[in-house]
Amino acid sequence: MNSFTAIIKRDLLLALRQGGGLGPALGFILAVLVLVPLSVGPDQNLLQRLAPGIIWLTLLLAVLLTADRIFNQDLDDGSLELMSMHRMSLEGVAFAKAIAHWLSVGLPLAIVSPFLGFLLNLDVAILGVLLLSMVIGSLALSMLAAIGGAVTSGLKRGGLLITLLVLPLYVPVMIFGISVTASVMGPGRSLPSLLVLLAITLVATVISPWASAAALRVYLK
Amino acid sequence: MLTATDLACDRGGRRVFQSVTFAVGSSDYLELRGPNGTGKSSLLRLLAGFDAPAGGTLRLEGSERVAEAAHYVGHLDAVKPALTVRENLSFWREFLGGGDIHAALDAFQLMPLADDPASLLSQGQRRRLALSRIVLVQRPLWLLDEPTVGLDAASLTRLGALIAAHRAAGGMLIAATHADLTAQPTAILNMGELR
Repeated sequence: MNSFTAIIKRDLLLALRQGGGLGPALGFILAVLVLVPLSVGPDQNLLQRLAPGIIWLTLLLAVLLTADRIFNQDLDDGSLELMSMHRMSLEGVAFAKAIAHWLSVGLPLAIVSPFLGFLLNLDVAILGVLLLSMVIGSLALSMLAAIGGAVTSGLKRGGLLITLLVLPLYVPVMIFGISVTASVMGPGRSLPSLLVLLAITLVATVISPWASAAALRVYLK
Repeated sequence: MLTATDLACDRGGRRVFQSVTFAVGSSDYLELRGPNGTGKSSLLRLLAGFDAPAGGTLRLEGSERVAEAAHYVGHLDAVKPALTVRENLSFWREFLGGGDIHAALDAFQLMPLADDPASLLSQGQRRRLALSRIVLVQRPLWLLDEPTVGLDAASLTRLGALIAAHRAAGGMLIAATHADLTAQPTAILNMGELR
């Protein structure tokens, strides 16, 4: 367990020192949310209807933007080699790094971006539900991003490839994430969608370490 | 006692070496020799568990995985530029579960640099930081791949002394080097003759 927390602590410290993760991702979300009213037009009702979907979409893309940072550096500088020699399995290493990514990028973005939704005239009534669904969903986003990051970690300029690999995996997260808020705005109840979102997140959390470790082993050879 | 029987290694579908057989006992130093591209690094990486052997067996007495009982210092330094020298070592101490940072800093005279960011280190200093990991935690087997690259004369002497102390304590060493480690190998494996 100590090795596990050691990785998380180090990755959080690195994220803090190096920057380049959370900051640009937040800037990206802000830029998109500012651009949407300019491109769609100033119709407030239309913006309000679009808001949850657009916030979810920008969150997905912002998390993807940072996915290549999860394993790239550790593979390039040899840290991953040394970690693979330790008693702790590579699956454990991958899991710790995915959790660190969630804590340093996914979670802060999920907490901040619903508030940025006010730029799109977001309905205050759904703010709480949107926040809850995004906090839960962001864990799935980070876990799935880790798979993409691991698969492309040994490739130069794997950024675009990550997008192609991971976006399809994000579809269920986004659909159920949005349906949580949609059911608050319209008829229906949001609990079933929230539970499905939670289930997807748990499945992603279980699968991610195995998939990432399998990909990393190929690059370690 | 580390025994390798009939080890073979494939890289990218090509056979790099085969029928590598050796035994390394306590206090032994096996030196890997041979021209570039004959598989010295591949053998060390195999021993470190990064790749599974294409054939043959590898056994270390008293340990299920060779890698867990080994220190590996290869071409990559595993140094994080954004962390200080001390923070770099303290991460590995926490990850590996215990160790003496003070002794590790002392081993290659990194004490004066301890609180500098590793991004300011020169090539040789980074190497020294990478090597100081082998002092941090006791491991019976050291796998060193060209450990002398970039080291100055004083650090070379220190490395020689560390190796002597490691062997005196019953440790094993397998190293590939073109330079003189100031240690007398107990056996020499010439990879160039295995083709």
